[in-house]
Amino acid sequence: MKLIQGNEAVALAAAAAGCDFYAGYPITPATEIMEQMARILPPQGGVFIQMEDELSAAAAVIGAAWGGARAMTATSGPGFSLMQEHIGYAAMTQTPCVFVDSQRGGPSTGLPTLPAQGEVMQSRFGSHGDRVAIVLTASSVLSAYEMTARAFDLAETYRQPVVVLLDAVLSHMRENVDLPEIQPVPRVVPELGEDFQPFGDSPFVPFGEGHRTVVTGLAHDETGLPKTAGGKATERLLRALEARLARDAREITYYRAHALEGAKVVLLSYGITARAAREAVDVLRGEGIAAGLLDLQTIWPFPDWLVQEVAERADAILVPELNLGQLVIPVQAAVAGRCRVAPLGRADGNLFTPEEIAQAARALLAAEETGGVLHG
Amino acid sequence: MASVGQDLTEYLRQEMMPTVWCPGCGHGIIAQGIATALQQIGADLDQVVVVGGIGCSGRTPFYMNTGAMHTTHGRALAFATGLKLARPRLTVVVTMGDGDALAIGGNHFIHAARRNIDLTVVLYNNSIYGMTGGQSAPTTPQGSRSTTTPLGSIEPNFDATVLAQAAGATFVARSTTFDFQEMPQLIARAIRHPGFSVVEVLSQCPTYYGRLNRLGEAPEMLQWERDRTLPVPDGPLPEITREDLVGKQPIGIFREEIRPEYTARYRELCAAAGGTYNA
Repeated sequence: MKLIQGNEAVALAAAAAGCDFYAGYPITPATEIMEQMARILPPQGGVFIQMEDELSAAAAVIGAAWGGARAMTATSGPGFSLMQEHIGYAAMTQTPCVFVDSQRGGPSTGLPTLPAQGEVMQSRFGSHGDRVAIVLTASSVLSAYEMTARAFDLAETYRQPVVVLLDAVLSHMRENVDLPEIQPVPRVVPELGEDFQPFGDSPFVPFGEGHRTVVTGLAHDETGLPKTAGGKATERLLRALEARLARDAREITYYRAHALEGAKVVLLSYGITARAAREAVDVLRGEGIAAGLLDLQTIWPFPDWLVQEVAERADAILVPELNLGQLVIPVQAAVAGRCRVAPLGRADGNLFTPEEIAQAARALLAAEETGGVLHG
Repeated sequence: MASVGQDLTEYLRQEMMPTVWCPGCGHGIIAQGIATALQQIGADLDQVVVVGGIGCSGRTPFYMNTGAMHTTHGRALAFATGLKLARPRLTVVVTMGDGDALAIGGNHFIHAARRNIDLTVVLYNNSIYGMTGGQSAPTTPQGSRSTTTPLGSIEPNFDATVLAQAAGATFVARSTTFDFQEMPQLIARAIRHPGFSVVEVLSQCPTYYGRLNRLGEAPEMLQWERDRTLPVPDGPLPEITREDLVGKQPIGIFREEIRPEYTARYRELCAAAGGTYNA
């Protein structure tokens, strides 16, 4: 059992998952991840470099991945905005790498030391053009550790950038944690036959391993070469990845359920807000209200199937989150009238208290009974 | 010793030919210079990566029969920094345009130079943005025309070789596409140099810069390159007040010195911490 900080847990998990390259740029509230990596990596022979900005940090991570490293960076809102172009580049070039974003109040410079959950949609759609996104969240120091390690595995398995969303409070809070064992997904460089194609379903082969790969953000097919008819190839590769993630949905959807059995009002939350929601469930249960919690740790690809299963058995779903209503949008789309869905948002840099969430849940149920309309 | 005129077939990626470059463009001469330099140093092409940015120059990696990384606008050096640090055995050549390296990528250019990381920049300077159709660049000579300076540019233009030296690059040279015999030798020396090396190559863009400034077609522009440059002996940049340099750009090697290189220093740092970098 160890008392560790959320940001420290991310660094320790990265190292345990085989991360041997970190490039970053200081920003509150993510900086401690970088400071930890500056200490952890050199004694292991890994690379740490402080770059000149977040654009170059993201670029160096991708370059390092093509040099064979398991690479990551960490940042917060403004830096995450600057990294968007390169997250898209990593997606287009099927580059395994990990981006951690500790969310703080926004927009713009916003509230550097206060928590928010404003990058739910940015982490999915923030880079220009369309793509498939894999985004994990964490609601405790232990889950920050676990999700960071999972992020490296998913990056490796799907050859994609994977985002881990934290927030200012989780980054800086300390909890007693028993760090679990981590078994990184091994990387096997295959025999490179004449017909080896570096993209599509192929395993990731870095530079210097015998194949003179062409890596480009231009539309390309499985050979990597940009072709004039590249648009069709791009869509084919994107749809294949999308299908693969859909097929594996149950394995890659991480979540925690609390008192979900028989719950009539379900609090669907994630990240730091899920902690207050869990407490709210206990308060409501104490009052005889059948409340339950679904704490989503995989938010993208959005687990429609799981939310639909919950919606089939519930009367109402309340979605507390620290924004003006982001994850509630795919929740509403997935539920599609199976039960009522209401948002509960705040974007003032404060956390919800359990009572605020419980109160919103009671109001939702009351509106349910009287058939009234509840405005979130 | 290999020289211009040798068969470069194995150094070029045949399936990507022909290039996108316009007739008369100087970039093919520079790409040939890089291929010739790789031949000259006997590079193992499996261990070479050519990294490019965005723009006409950024297409070079596609034509090299090496590892190739065509990155984002201005950021080629940041990608290359990560790549080199992760696998220092690789020979990494970075091709950038003048706008790519000095406008959008200026920050990365000075910081890569400051670190003295063992990368070789071949800076294609055609005085203009070619790929987007002839807009002004930080290198567009003051007073000359582009589609965004139709009345003539009022901005002073950058001298990339002075900037690179000030920022800490340890090998800095300039050549032109007119000097197609000497330019590959400079690139080869830059690649061999253990540190951050920059070879600026003045190139002609008859399609935009030449047309907008009435400089004629490629042959006239090559002569214009010859006439506006002056070879100088190796060593520090001569005083620009020298009479024979008025209105001219010196060409040659302006700096070649050995200072601790970044991956070498990083290896020492790891060793001091008990680690083995890139075992």
